[in-house]
Parts: sequence; C-alpha cells; structure tokens
Amino acid sequence: MSSVALDAPAPVGFAEKIWRINWGFVLVLTAIAGVGVLALYSAAGGRFEPWAARHAVRYGAALGLMLVVALMHPKVWLALAWPIYIVSLLLLVAVDLIGKIGMGAQRWLVIGPMQLQPSEIAKVAVILVLARYYHGLRKEQAAQFLYTLPPLLVILVPVALVMVQPDLGTAMMVLMGGGAVLFVAGVRLWMFLAAGVAAVACLPIAWSLMHEYQRKRVLTFLDPDRDPLGAGYHITQSKIAIGSGGLFGKGFLKGTQSSLNFLPEKQTDFIFTTFVEEWGLVGACALLALFVLVLLWGFSIAFRSQHHFGRLLALGVTAMLFLYVFINTAMVMGLLPVVGVPLPLVSNGGTAMVSVMFACGLLIGVNVYRDAQLPRTR
Amino acid sequence: MKPFRKGDGERSGLFTRRALLLAGVQGVLLSALAGRLYQLQVLETQRFSTLAEENRINLRLLPPSRGLIFDRTGQPLAVNRNNFRAMATSDRGRGADVLVERLDQILGLGATERNRLLRDLRRSRNAQPVVVRENLGWEEVARLEFNAPDLPGVFIDLGQSRDYPEGELMSHIIGYTGRVADEDLAGRDDPVLQLATMRFGKKGVERSLEDDLRGRAGAVQVEVNAVGRVVRELDRTEGQPGSNALLTIDLDLQRFAAEKMKEHQSGSVVVLDVVTGDVIAMASTPGFDPSTFARGITQGEWRELLDNPERPLHNKAIAGVYPPGSTYKMVTALAALESKAIDPWTRLPCLGFLELGNIKFHCWLKGGHGSTNVVEAIASSCDCFFYEAARRAGVDRISDMAVRLGFGRMSELGLPGESAGNQPTRAWKQEKVGKPWQHGDTFNLGIGQGYMTSTPLQLAIMTARIANGGYEVQPNLLLAKATPREELTPPPARAKPTAPSLRLNPQHLALIRDGMKDVVNTGHGTANHLRQRDPALMFAGKTGTAQVKRITERERDMGITQDQLPWHLRHHALFVCFGPVDNPRYACAVIVEHGQGGGKTAGPIGRDVLVETIKRDPSRRNDRFRKMASR
Repeated sequence: MSSVALDAPAPVGFAEKIWRINWGFVLVLTAIAGVGVLALYSAAGGRFEPWAARHAVRYGAALGLMLVVALMHPKVWLALAWPIYIVSLLLLVAVDLIGKIGMGAQRWLVIGPMQLQPSEIAKVAVILVLARYYHGLRKEQAAQFLYTLPPLLVILVPVALVMVQPDLGTAMMVLMGGGAVLFVAGVRLWMFLAAGVAAVACLPIAWSLMHEYQRKRVLTFLDPDRDPLGAGYHITQSKIAIGSGGLFGKGFLKGTQSSLNFLPEKQTDFIFTTFVEEWGLVGACALLALFVLVLLWGFSIAFRSQHHFGRLLALGVTAMLFLYVFINTAMVMGLLPVVGVPLPLVSNGGTAMVSVMFACGLLIGVNVYRDAQLPRTR
Repeated sequence: MKPFRKGDGERSGLFTRRALLLAGVQGVLLSALAGRLYQLQVLETQRFSTLAEENRINLRLLPPSRGLIFDRTGQPLAVNRNNFRAMATSDRGRGADVLVERLDQILGLGATERNRLLRDLRRSRNAQPVVVRENLGWEEVARLEFNAPDLPGVFIDLGQSRDYPEGELMSHIIGYTGRVADEDLAGRDDPVLQLATMRFGKKGVERSLEDDLRGRAGAVQVEVNAVGRVVRELDRTEGQPGSNALLTIDLDLQRFAAEKMKEHQSGSVVVLDVVTGDVIAMASTPGFDPSTFARGITQGEWRELLDNPERPLHNKAIAGVYPPGSTYKMVTALAALESKAIDPWTRLPCLGFLELGNIKFHCWLKGGHGSTNVVEAIASSCDCFFYEAARRAGVDRISDMAVRLGFGRMSELGLPGESAGNQPTRAWKQEKVGKPWQHGDTFNLGIGQGYMTSTPLQLAIMTARIANGGYEVQPNLLLAKATPREELTPPPARAKPTAPSLRLNPQHLALIRDGMKDVVNTGHGTANHLRQRDPALMFAGKTGTAQVKRITERERDMGITQDQLPWHLRHHALFVCFGPVDNPRYACAVIVEHGQGGGKTAGPIGRDVLVETIKRDPSRRNDRFRKMASR
C-alpha cells in the first residue's frame, strides 16, 4: 500500500463543510427562482394559482435536496454514477414504450401522483458517468481514439432514445453537454471535427426521422413568414412580445401579448418572453446576468477542484446549465428552432427543477470536497 | 495501485486550457443573445410595439356542432338548438365588479348568478370569454346591443345547445351533457374542451359516444382591439361537425314499453334482438327530465332527484341489481344437463320442501309438485327440482354456465354506470364473506337467490343466448354513425348471429326452450294466463319472484301475505320471455321493483311488449327508416 495518507490534508469537519457551501451561489439560484415566481404570477394573470405558488414550494423542496446532495462525498457519486445512468436508460425505454402522449410527443412517465420526465434525469446521468470514466483514465489514454468509443456510446444511446420520443431539444442538450465533457477531458480535436462532418452528413437522415411538426418548426425557423398564422405563429408572437417590451418593459402585470393569449406555453418554454415583455431589456439583462454568475461560479469550482472527477463533473454541470439557458432564450428570440427546452428555475415544471437543483448540488459538492482523495478506479 | 495524483498535473493543465476555451465560446454566444435582445428591444421596438398595440391577431376556436342522435327509424332523440348567449371577457378580472354590476342592471342576474359570473371572470385563463347567460330572448339581445358601449368585453355569441325532444322517455339511454369537468380532460388533449361554452357527455350515449359526437374544432383568426373586442375576421378554418348516430332503439316501441311500465312505481324493461344483439327498447321508470341538465340544474332539483327512493337518475336496466329468482333456473338446468348431472329423463321428487340438515328449503307450492323432469320443472317452476339439480351440478359448474350466459360481468353495451351484478363462486364467498361455501348456498343459487344478483340487461342477454341457439350475442346500442347525414343508414338486416357459439348441446337448449314454452302455453305453466292464440305471436317465458326479505318460519306459519308488507320489503317481480316461439327473434326481460308476483305483475308487461315487438317486426325489416328533415 502506498503512503498516500501522508501528504493528504486533514479530513474536513461538518462545520467546515457547511462553510464551504457556496452560499452566494445559493443566493443567486434563489434570486432566479424568485424571478420565476414573479413571471409565473404574471402569466397566471396576477394570481399565485396555478403556477407561482407551486413553483415556490417546489423550489423550497428542491433546495433541501440540493443541500443534501452537496454534502455527499464524491465517492458516493463515483459509485452511483453507473447505476443512475442505467436506471435513467430503463426509464427512457419505459417512456418510449408506455409513456403518456403529451403535446404530440411521449416525454412523461406517470408514477403514482407524479409525472416523471426521464430525459431530465438522463442529462445529469450522462455527465456523471463521463466524469467517472475520464477520472479513471490517464491523459494519453483520454487522447486515444479507442478510449473515446465507450463515452461516445454513453452519449449516443440516451440521445437515440430521446430522439425517438421525439424530443429534439433534450437530445441536443445531452449530445452537446456530453461533448463538452469529452472536450475538456482531452479528446483530440480532429475527432470533434470528424463528428461535425458526420453530423452534417447525417442531416438528411435526421430529417426523414423527424415528426411532421418538427420539420415544420425547422422550416418555420428558417423562414418565419412562411406560415405566420400556423407554425410560425409562436416565433412571430414571441418576437412581438419581446420587442414591444422595449428598454424598460411594459411593467409588472401589464404585458398584453401574454395576457391576451397570444403566447403559447407561456408558463413553460416561453416564460422568458412573458418576463421580458413586462421588464424590458433591463430585466432581461438582469436575469441573464444572474445566469452568467451561476456559470462563473461553476467554472471557478471546476478550476479549484483537486480531483479530476470533480473538475469534469463541475464543468459538465456548468455546460448543461449554459445549454438550458442558451437554447431556451435563443429559441424564444427566434435564433433557434422551437424545441422543448425550459428555462431552468424559471419555467413551470417539476422534473426539470429537480434535475437542475440536483446538478447544482453536485456542483456545490465538488467545492465542499474539493480536496478529497479519490482513487482512480478502473 | 498508482498514487492518485500522478499525471494529474498535466491532465489539469489540459483541462484548464480547454475549459477556458469553452468559457470563451459561451461568452460569445451569450453576447450574441444580448445583441439580439438589443436588436429586438431597442432597434426594432417601435415596429413590434405597433404590432402589439394595433394589430392583435388572436386565434379563437370554433366549437364544432355536436352530432345528432336518432332512433333506428330516424326519429330525432338529441338535436341542437340555436342559442344566443351573452359572453364576457375581462382583462384578468379587472373591472369585473363594475361589469357585473351593469350586466345585473340590464339582465337582472340575481345574487347567485352574479357571484358565479364574478368567479368565472376572475378564473378565466388567457382572457377566454365566459358565459354570462344562455338562451337569450330577442329583447335581452336588443337591450345588450343597445348598451354595448357601456359593456366593454361583452358580446353576443350564437352557439348551440342540446335539446332532447323525447325528454324523460329516453333520458337514461341518451343521458345528457354538461360543462367539461377536469376528469373529462384525462387522456384528451383536444383544445376545444377548454372553451367555456363546450359541453361534454355526462351520462348515457352522450357519454359513451362522446368522442364521436364531439367533432373537431375549427379556428378563426381575428383582429381584436385593446379590450379584446373582435374588429375583423382574417382567416377561418372550418371544423368538422361530430358524427351523427343512429341507435338500435325503436322509439315507438320504447314509448309503448314505458307506457306499460307507468302502472307500476319503479321497474325496467329490456328488449333485445337475439340475432344481432340490438337493444330495441330499454325503459327504466321513473326517468328524469334531461332538459333540466341542459339549462343547468339547481341544487334543489338535484337533491330531489338524488333523494327519491325510486332513483330516477338510475338506469335500472343496466345498473339495478336484483336476485334473478326463478328466471335463473334455466342456468341451473343447463349446467346440470351439460355436466350430465341430470339427463332429459331424470325425474326428481318434490314434497313441498327439501331438508338439508335441520334447515328446510321450501318449494313455492306448499303441497309439492310430485315427480317432474326438467321440462316440467321449468314449466311449473318447481324449486325442489332445482335444489337437487343444483346440488348435483355443484356451484362451480353453475357459476361457469352463468358467466357464459352473461351473468357476473359487464356486457359490451358501453353505457356508463353499468353494473356487473354478482355471480357468486366459492372463491368469492371466501374472500368477501370470509366463510367457505355451504351446501345451502348452492341450493339458494340454484333458484337464483342468496348472493346471486343480476341486472335486467343480463337477464335479457341470457334469454337471448338461449333463444338464438347458444350464440354469445352482446347487446348493442349503435346501429350506424356517420358525419354527413345522408350516409346515416342502417346496416342490412341479418338472419344469423355472427357472435361466436357457446358450444352448448343443441338438444339441451331445445329442452330449456321447451320448458319456457310450456310456462306460457300449457295448463301447468306458471304463466298460462299470458298464452297467445295467434300462432305467429306465440312466445315462451319464465316467471320469477325474488325475495327482498327472508321469509321467517313464523311469518310462514302466520300466513302473512306480501300485500301486508311495506312496499320496499315486498318481492321483486321478474319475467323473461322470447318469441316467436318457433323461430325466436326477440328476447325481453321485465322487472317490477317490489311488484310481488312475477307472473302477476311483470308477466303481462313482458307479454304486451314482446307481442308488440313481434307485431312491429315486419315494419322494422322493411326499412321504415326515413330520411330526416334538416334540424
């Protein structure tokens, strides 16, 4: 046995752990959730029912979960990474087989009183497994093509399962979130180029696999005026709402576009539009600044981690949060096709909230145990 | 094992470089977002503000016209009536108080209506219009139009409401519609169900055919001004009206059957076509007036309907459960014959009672029937014969036969609220009663008493399956459905059942039918007084009298008669029959609640209804179907 213990820092006590939780970060998350409550209150026409009150309660519960997750030793996650991943795959298969049909796509699994969206779990699970995998590899190994095959499989299997649901937005998120971990783990750049070329080559196949409504959305994205009263309606109305908000917005509860039912899904995917119509460019930038703070915190945690697992995990979670925010906001501004990606902690929706807060818990956990000694297993 | 830190330095270095690169990319993308926001909200805000303020295009759903329902001859049973209604929208309930106050002055709403309207206005999502009042008269329309400038957000809407021309007569079959409830939305994501004016089938055919009758919503693109008033219409996609439905019910026969039932407080008649399973008539008395539901039932009316001991809301033909009594004896006989527990020549004695241990099981005829075979036993309804036959066949075989004949489970009729009745088995008793099955239970089951219960529909199904030669016909209410009314025609008549065979010995079935024939057509039959002389109208049947309350030995000794008991404790009267006797086409089951004697009260109704059914048969065959006049 080696003498590892000699140069290891002293074990961290409980008080120290609590101290190491990034409380500023928690405050920023709470501020974002507060924006969510505000926006949902307005979306319901100035009422706490049916969304705002539940959103607040849900955030409170998820906050508790996050703190518990944050205090768990990373070796727990090392051990649980694969089991969580396997379970999420099984759930995805289950949802494909028996899932409830919602909005023309199967995404929910109803277990007792709650609706579960397994694709949300898969996002975190993929990052966990990839971090664990590269934690166990040496740099030279990480750079080799052969060692890149298993992680590719880890990413592509859930992507395929999510694609058949079909949920383009989540598939893109898993693909790009996983890709980000691969990138920082040291996979050669030419492989990313090759993947990019392959993706372009596969576009026609993807096109043939898409649902009619998805093709419509892509075509509409390319040319919104093509069908202004049909599929282009969402984007056009969302742009009108955002644009008419102007610099300072129309004021709280004074948004006309959302209240007169021009906006579809205004409490979920288009919540940013609802908020920005009333709070203007100033509000939008403030909200985005909060998210930028979250990302900066994520990067700094990743850089400070003494172990590779923590670095990769923190960066993967940060990349995932970025993708959420970017895809959602770019979509409602007409920069990306309309795909079902919620704005984290702001959109109404339970599973997304839990999975985002779980991921944030992992992130804080990396900071709490930044100097933990993790064996390089397998 | 390698020390964990070895090589970590270079890994960390690569990680840092690439992570910084990633952060840079994210920064650029986020800047692009900020740029886009600047473009939309600063550079182009004027254009978008104009679009938002002046050109508000709203998408409104057009509720589809609900499918009409006709009887098999094309007479209307459920139609749509034009309905002018006042609707109101309010911007998130703002100004609702003032608006409701003014509406009250103009229409005289009253306190409860005012409160409902206020609540609806505040709850209305997405400024969806809510209903102020339905079925406006011309004067009310005129007053609202006159005061329009003072009533922002109020408009008159031409909608349709449901009308049931036959009212109470068809109330149980047709059911009624009501506002869409949350549970109605389960599994249906049709956006039209969100409309305040939309109605949803709650009971009867309105419910079972809901997804056919509803149709698909159209949509209209309208330009609205700042208070949500429609300025002009831009684009219109017509929806698809719901399917019209042709029911198997013969309205004239239904009316006849209901008339016959009127003499009695409470009961039910079912007439089935034994070949096709078509439900030709299904009456349950008393009924209710469905128009009270169409206009919105009041609390008082609702309580009154619920508290009535005759249960007018209850479709007794499918939801009323009664012990089948002697009408069950065909099941016992068939089970015994099919299992070879008895044969056609087996004669069993009857002394007026049978003893099991120290319990006496009585026959209805005090002096006993002497020795009878199965045909005679059915004709004279000898209880002792069936005690012994049941004992020999055993509960398992009887229950099995009963299930094959339609007892103990729901039919495929599809009407909501149907009951499966109860076909007891050994396992059932052990589970529900907690005691093992006893011989005495078998005796009771043999004569359709004890734990055994069934619905009038199940009795009709049993009779139909015996009458048609053992085919597993299922009752059926829908003859045809089609969206364009011209295509709504009944399918061609059938002479042979298409249902699967139950694989019963044809000779055994013939014996049962002979017994039922003798019930009506021989001197010793229990329903001899119902006999028809005209050979074309001759029919077969079986009486039944079901105990509601156990007859104690003391009462038996004292000779207390049924008339002396309070109404709700008297026996139920049952009668099942089929005809014409030589070539059966129709089966009929009658139950008169607490009607005392099956032959006495239920029998004459069964005879009248069945004979009328047979008499009208040619007209039904000759396609009496008329093309319906529009609306």
